[in-house]
Amino acid sequence: MANAAAHSGMAAATGLEPILRVEHLTMRFGGLLAVNDLSFDVARGQITALIGPNGAGKTTVFNCITGFYKPTVGRIALFSGGLQTDAAIEFVTNSPKRYRRTGEGAVFLLERMADSEIAAKANVARTFQNIRLFTGMTVLENLIVAQHNWLNRASGYSILGLIGAASFRNAEKMAVELAVAWLDRIGLTHRADDPAGALPYGDQRRLEIARAMCTGPVLLCLDEPAAGLNPRESADLNELLLSIKEGNGTSILLIEHDMSVVMEISDHIVVLEYGIKISDGTPDHIRNDPKVIAAYLGVEDEEVDEAEAELDK
Amino acid sequence: MATPEAQPRSENGREATDWLAAIKDAGFLALFTLGLAFPILVFRTRQDLSKGLVLDPRWELVATLVAIAFFARLGWLVFGGRISNAASSTATRIGETLAPLGEYKNVFRYGGLAFLIAYPFLAVLFTGPGGALKWIDNFGIQILIYVMLGWGLNIVVGLAGLLDLGYVAFYAVGAYSTALLSTHFGLSFWICLPLAGIFAAFWGILLGFPVLRLRGDYLAIVTLAFGEIIRLVLINWVELTNGASGISGIPRPTFFGLPFNASDSGFAAFFGLEFTPLHRLFFLFYLILALALLTNWVTIRLRRLPIGRAWEALREDEIACRSLGIDTVKTKLTAFSIGAMFGGFAGAFFAVRLGFISPKSFEFMESAVILSIVVLGGMGSQVGVAIAAVVMIGGTELLRELGWLKAVFGAGFDPTQYRMLLFGMAMVAMMVWRPRGLISKRDPSIILHEKRAIGGDLVKEGHG
Repeated sequence: MANAAAHSGMAAATGLEPILRVEHLTMRFGGLLAVNDLSFDVARGQITALIGPNGAGKTTVFNCITGFYKPTVGRIALFSGGLQTDAAIEFVTNSPKRYRRTGEGAVFLLERMADSEIAAKANVARTFQNIRLFTGMTVLENLIVAQHNWLNRASGYSILGLIGAASFRNAEKMAVELAVAWLDRIGLTHRADDPAGALPYGDQRRLEIARAMCTGPVLLCLDEPAAGLNPRESADLNELLLSIKEGNGTSILLIEHDMSVVMEISDHIVVLEYGIKISDGTPDHIRNDPKVIAAYLGVEDEEVDEAEAELDK
Repeated sequence: MATPEAQPRSENGREATDWLAAIKDAGFLALFTLGLAFPILVFRTRQDLSKGLVLDPRWELVATLVAIAFFARLGWLVFGGRISNAASSTATRIGETLAPLGEYKNVFRYGGLAFLIAYPFLAVLFTGPGGALKWIDNFGIQILIYVMLGWGLNIVVGLAGLLDLGYVAFYAVGAYSTALLSTHFGLSFWICLPLAGIFAAFWGILLGFPVLRLRGDYLAIVTLAFGEIIRLVLINWVELTNGASGISGIPRPTFFGLPFNASDSGFAAFFGLEFTPLHRLFFLFYLILALALLTNWVTIRLRRLPIGRAWEALREDEIACRSLGIDTVKTKLTAFSIGAMFGGFAGAFFAVRLGFISPKSFEFMESAVILSIVVLGGMGSQVGVAIAAVVMIGGTELLRELGWLKAVFGAGFDPTQYRMLLFGMAMVAMMVWRPRGLISKRDPSIILHEKRAIGGDLVKEGHG
C-alpha cells in the first residue's frame, strides 16, 4: 500500500483533515474503463473541484461516491466527527460493517452503502447535471420533501400525523422555517408556492442546491452547478457556494466546466482525463500544470493531424 | 391524412377549393372501410337444419357503413375544424368548471355529503319503495364501491405513480377472506372487515417485495399477472374456495347484532317498523358510504404527511428521492399496502353485500375499469376519481334503462352490450381532449403564502 502511504502524506502536507478519502477507485463498464485507480482527498470545510474534459469520468466518480454506482474496485471513506485515523478506516474495512459510529465520530465506507442510505446516514447530498427537481410540486414542497427522514420520524411514521398530534405540527413548522430560511438565501421566497417546474433555469439550479442543503449534509456534491447559467447567475452561484462553505461549514465537491467558477472558489482541484488523475493541487498549481493545459487545449499540431488522418480512413 | 391541408382552408371559409381534396380523402376512407368490413361483415354464418354452413350476405350493412364512413369523413373535413374547436373548448370548459369546485371546497364538500346522506331517502321519495331498490342498490351502492376502489387505487397509481394492473386481486383477497372467515369460523362482519384489510395489505407487501424493483411496463405486467394468479388460485383451489361456483351463504351484516329480517328479533321488529328489504339496503348504503369516506379522509390526511409527499416525490423523480435519502422501497411498499388495504375493505363489503362471491367478480376487466376510473378522473385527484366513477359506473347502469331504444333498433338490440364500446370511446375522447384526466390540477400539500393549483402539464405521471 505504498500509494496509500503517499496519499496520507499528501493530506498531511496540506495540513487539512479530509472528510472524504477516495482510494484506488476503479469503475469498469464491460470493456470500458471509466475510472482507473483514482485516489484523492476532499478536505473538510473546503471546496474541491473535479474537472476534466468531457467523458473523463467525473460524473462516474460522483455516482460512485453517492452510491448510484457500485465501484469495481476501491475504497471511499467518509469521516464525520474526529474519527479519521487510518486505523479507524482499516478497522471498518476489515469488519463486515458498512460504517462505524463511536463517541468521537463515524467512518462510513460509501462503496458498501446504497444511494439512499448514503444520503440518509452519511449525510452526503448531491445535485444532478440535468436538474432533477420535483417539477409538479411547489418550491416549498421540494424543500420539505428533502427533510423527509426526520419529519417522517416526527410524524410517528404517519400515525401521530394522522391524528394531528401537536408534536408533528411543531416539527412541520420547524421544517417550513428551515425551508424558508433557504428560500431567503436563494431569493425565491416569493415563489414558494409556485411549481418548481415553472421556475427559470437559473432559479431551478439554485433551488436544487437549497433542496440538497435541506437534508443537512456534511458533504455537498454538485454536478455542474453552473451549466447553462449566464455570467451574472454564475457570480451569484459563487457567492452562494462560498456562503455555504463559510456559513454552514459544509464541505463541497463539485464538477464544473465553467473555469470562472472553478478557479474563483475552489480551494483544491483534481483533474481527470480518460479516467486517470493527471493533476491535483491548488488552482494556481493547476493553471500552470502542462499536463492540464495539454488536456484542455490539445497537443501539438502534428498529433492533431495524425488523429484527423485516422478519422478520415 | 389530408386534414392539415384541408382544415385551415375550411376555417377560412374558402371551402370551394378543398372540396376535391376532401372528397378524395373521404373516398379513400370509404375504400378503407370497405376493405376492413369485407372479411368481417359481409357474410353472416349460420347452420341450416342439415348442419350445413349457410352464408347470409349482408351487402346493405356494408354499404351503409361505407356510406357513413364517407359522409362522416367528408363532414369532418369540411366542418371538422369548427367541431373539434367547439369540442375541445367544451372539454376545457368542463374542466375549468370542475376545477374551481376545488375553490368552493366547503360548499361542494358539505353539499355533496348532505346529498349522499339524503340520497336513499330521496330515492324512496321520488321512486317509491319498489323503484328505490334499484336506485339505492344499482346506482348508490354500486357506484360507491367503485368510488372507494378508485380512491384506493389512486394512492398507488395517482400519488405514488406505480402502475398497478392487478388491483382487483386485493379486492378478491378481502372478499374471500371475509367469506371464508365468516362461513367457516362464524366471525362477524365487523371482525372480518379489519382482518380483510390486514390480509389484503399483507398481500400487497408480499407482491411488493419482488416487483418494486421493476419500473413502468414491467411493473404493470407483473401486477397484471399477480391479479390473474390470485383469480386462478381461487378457481382451482376447490377444497378451500369451492372453485368457480363460488361461496354462498355468507352471513349478512347485522345492525349491532340485529339482523335485517322479518323475525321478531330483527331490526324492523326491534325498532317497531314494518319490515321491508329497504332497511338492509339503507344500511349497506351508509356502510359503503362510511368506508369510502374513510378512504378519502385517510388519503387526504396522508397526502399532507411526509409519507404522502414522499409518494408524490417518488412519482415525480425516483432518482432525486434516493439522493435525498428517501428509502424508495419502503415508500413504495407503504403505498402498495395502504392501497391494497382499502381494496380489502371494499372486498369485505362486497362479500356481505350479496352474500355470494365467485371468481367471476374478480376478472381483469374489473382492474381495468378501476384503473380507467383513476385515469379518467385525473390521477391523484380525489374529486376527479369520484366524478369518473359516477360517470362510468352510473353510465353503465343507465344503459340498462335504455330499453326504449329497442323501438328504434329492433327487439334484438341490447344497449348494455355496447358498454365496452362506449368505455373505449370515452377513453379516446378523453385522451384527445383532456389527456391528464377530468381534473388534472394538483393541489399543493403545504402552503406558505397563498394556494395556487399546479397545472397538470408540470405534474409527472410516474413511470413505475
